[in-house]
Amino acid sequence: MEDQNKLLHEVTGRDYRFGFVTDIETDTIVKGLNEQVVRIISAKKDEPEWMLEFRLKSYRRWLTMKMPDWAQLKIPEINYQDIIFYAAPKEQAKYESLNEVDPELLRTFEKLGIPLEEQKMLSGVAVDAVIDSVSVKTTFKETLAERGIIFCSFSEAVKHHPDLIQQYLGMAVPYNDNYFAALNSAVFSDGSFVYIPKGTRCPMELSTYFRINAQNTGQFERTLIIADDDSYVSYLEGCTAPMRDENQLHAAVVEIIALDRAEVKYSTVQNWYPGDKNGKGGIFNFVTKRGICKGISSKILWNQVETGSAITWKYPSCILIGDNSIAEFNSVALTNNYQQADTGTKMIHIGKNTKSSIVSKGISAGHSSNSYRGLVRVAPKAENSRNYSQCDSLLLGDTCGAHTFPYIEVANSSSVIEHEATTSKIGEDQIFYCNQRGISTEDAIGMIVNGYAREVINKLPMEFAVEAQKLLQISLEGSVG
Amino acid sequence: MTETIEKIAAISRISELFTDNFTRIGDGLSDFVNNVRQPALAAFQRMGIPSYKTESYKYTDLTRLFENERFRRSFEPDQFEVSLTDIFSCDVPEFDTHLILVVNGWYDDSNSMNKPYPDGVIIKSLKKATIENPDLVEKYYGKLANSSLDPLTALNTAFVRDGVFIYIPDNTHLSKPLQLINILRSTDDLYVTQRNLIIAGKNTQAKIMFCDHTLMPQNFIINNVTECEIGEDSVIDIYSIQNQHNKTANLTGLYIRQQRNSQLVTNAITLHGGIIRNNLNIKLDGEHATAKVCGLALSDKNQHVDNFTYIEHLKPNCKSNQLYKNILDDSSTGGFTGRIHVAPHAVKTEAYQRNNNVLLTNVAKMNTKPQLVIDNDDVKCSHGATVGRIDNEALFYLQSRGINEKEARLMLMFAFAHEVLAEVKVDQLREMIDKLVNKRLRGEVSKCHSCAMDCIR
Repeated sequence: MEDQNKLLHEVTGRDYRFGFVTDIETDTIVKGLNEQVVRIISAKKDEPEWMLEFRLKSYRRWLTMKMPDWAQLKIPEINYQDIIFYAAPKEQAKYESLNEVDPELLRTFEKLGIPLEEQKMLSGVAVDAVIDSVSVKTTFKETLAERGIIFCSFSEAVKHHPDLIQQYLGMAVPYNDNYFAALNSAVFSDGSFVYIPKGTRCPMELSTYFRINAQNTGQFERTLIIADDDSYVSYLEGCTAPMRDENQLHAAVVEIIALDRAEVKYSTVQNWYPGDKNGKGGIFNFVTKRGICKGISSKILWNQVETGSAITWKYPSCILIGDNSIAEFNSVALTNNYQQADTGTKMIHIGKNTKSSIVSKGISAGHSSNSYRGLVRVAPKAENSRNYSQCDSLLLGDTCGAHTFPYIEVANSSSVIEHEATTSKIGEDQIFYCNQRGISTEDAIGMIVNGYAREVINKLPMEFAVEAQKLLQISLEGSVG
Repeated sequence: MTETIEKIAAISRISELFTDNFTRIGDGLSDFVNNVRQPALAAFQRMGIPSYKTESYKYTDLTRLFENERFRRSFEPDQFEVSLTDIFSCDVPEFDTHLILVVNGWYDDSNSMNKPYPDGVIIKSLKKATIENPDLVEKYYGKLANSSLDPLTALNTAFVRDGVFIYIPDNTHLSKPLQLINILRSTDDLYVTQRNLIIAGKNTQAKIMFCDHTLMPQNFIINNVTECEIGEDSVIDIYSIQNQHNKTANLTGLYIRQQRNSQLVTNAITLHGGIIRNNLNIKLDGEHATAKVCGLALSDKNQHVDNFTYIEHLKPNCKSNQLYKNILDDSSTGGFTGRIHVAPHAVKTEAYQRNNNVLLTNVAKMNTKPQLVIDNDDVKCSHGATVGRIDNEALFYLQSRGINEKEARLMLMFAFAHEVLAEVKVDQLREMIDKLVNKRLRGEVSKCHSCAMDCIR
């Protein structure tokens, strides 16, 4: 047991692997939030009048709202006047070739393993690299453009595709949806915009790398994905952030609209700085993600692997409006040390014959707290809808917590809803079995945890699956229950 | 916003009622009961009237009920000639038990004619007990029912006048069940507060039944809180059968603490009622304590039944097992919240929970919220919840064997319900409940209670 504890300490005490700060000049504005700041952000981005109106409307609404307190989280008070709400890399030149890109930046990408150069061609990933909110370099644009696919930064989309933005912005996540969505709607700096035209299958995985870079900068991303009739797209989002002592607030909004027979797959690997082993520092990740299966037979899949952030508070959700639409949510959430996570999903069945499935795997170690919170709601008219939810929790160590809070609201007798949850630890017999076959306890736990999470990891695109597996390994080896 | 104003008005009305009648409410009760009234009222004012905005009352909004000014409150027992034989002219279950009659929340004087209880067993009015047995009552009163956590319990603590006090001394085994019959009877709309305290010593065995009935067609609200202490090695069964008419709001709180090696069975069977809310809190506060917690609710018309359980595993090696089922017909609504909390040092805990629901119509609605809060790794916990309808294949199977659809449906519903009924340990009682549920599913029980005839008069 002592050995195991030692091992546990070694592993859980490991420094954050991706902790470094890139030295790039950033263009920031003064700390704090007021109407003037909202106007400045809008002006800096050279936005049209309707965009400013949207921001101001959101800001005024935000002022009337209170921070929700129902989550199973202990959140230190956030001083919104102590946050810089806008930071953009200063060198905003339009790059013709890679040589012109800030070499410091390229090195950052290399450390993160983003294949910005030729590797990218091989891996077939088009990367819209977002460093502190402003899109710096977009690749593969031409290939995508040929097929009519729009994949650009949000601010570009506001300029070049205002009709699409005006039509769909706030459709899935209205500006007054919740406290953090309102905040994001007021001050969002940038993000990604994707539009897949009718009948188009996006030939490659679209990917955005986020990094929170400038000190004391809240990151307010806004992503909007529109999949038109009969289209398909797979979108990847992955994050690593530099080591930082102060808590950083990240309140992003992701909206997905799937029209008739469209399919959108959204995968996330989140590995932001979780704070040190005493629970100091780390990112607050309060994200609103929601998709609407608007068209008939449309399909939205959320896959997520959450290993980072001091506090994760998000519920990627689906509203199934179109008849016969399908939604899936697959999640692995891992917490260690003093990390906290309250995550899950909402599945709102409105259309007939809609189906949803939820698979959530929580793993908690150290002093962490890991909650699944989910809602399945079946409207009276959602005839023959079907939901299956499975929420498993794995506890490693006797000081961590695993909680499950599913909400099931059914107003229709022809629907079938099932929910199952279990909580367990790694069995001594399992470890013994592996030991007996010459596998060290540490490796055995890695194997068992990976096996436990496999169901979800298998759903991720290839590149992510590898990364996710490594992340789990790093965070969990040696954590013996 | 109007709703908020009305709510504030309702709260201030209740506060005024409290201040105006402070001396009347406290009359005849011990100081230790009266001294906690004021803090309890303050707690209620802070939490407000339970509504969908209160997380634990998300699915049971009581705002409209409390906004209603029509309800009379009685601070003295109403003078009624209630005789037991009269009551049993209706279908209140009768078999060999120690009967305890409670009318409108008041311990009835006719109980004094009851056969003597076994040695040392005390059963009397709570009001009297606070004066006559202050040592016993003071030690346990208000210790489990925490006013600062639940607004209805706070209201109960502020307005308590009477109820039943039961004391079972160490090493006593009661062979006959105790049957508490709660009767509501009034010629005008009435709000009733009832408070019970049950103390079971070490190595005791008892079966306690609560039967809730209404005898008149008026509107009733009953706020009934029961605290129950279960000593080491004791075996206690608590059954409750709720069969009130559809204009009754039955708001109950049952708080139980179990010591080492004690075994508890609770079973809440709801046959009828307008708005039913059952709060159940069990603290497993000694090693190797076990609790089997069951419930069955059959609802139709626009009834609402909400079962809320909170099982706390505070010590190692305890077991709990919950099974709740609902059958919802017409436009009835149902709620279930089951929370299992395993404390950090309560290792080797086993806690299971299951909630199955059948919706018979497209307008019935079921909300369920099973929850696990687990703060240690050496546990086996699971919960499962389903909402669905009667299996078409099973229905077809029965029909193909010559059973008509209506009968086949009844058979399937009865089979569904029987899993809960099978947990009733008293044979006589189980048979009786079986019969009642059968009648209820056939719609025969409701006929009696929704009829305008008042058989008693």
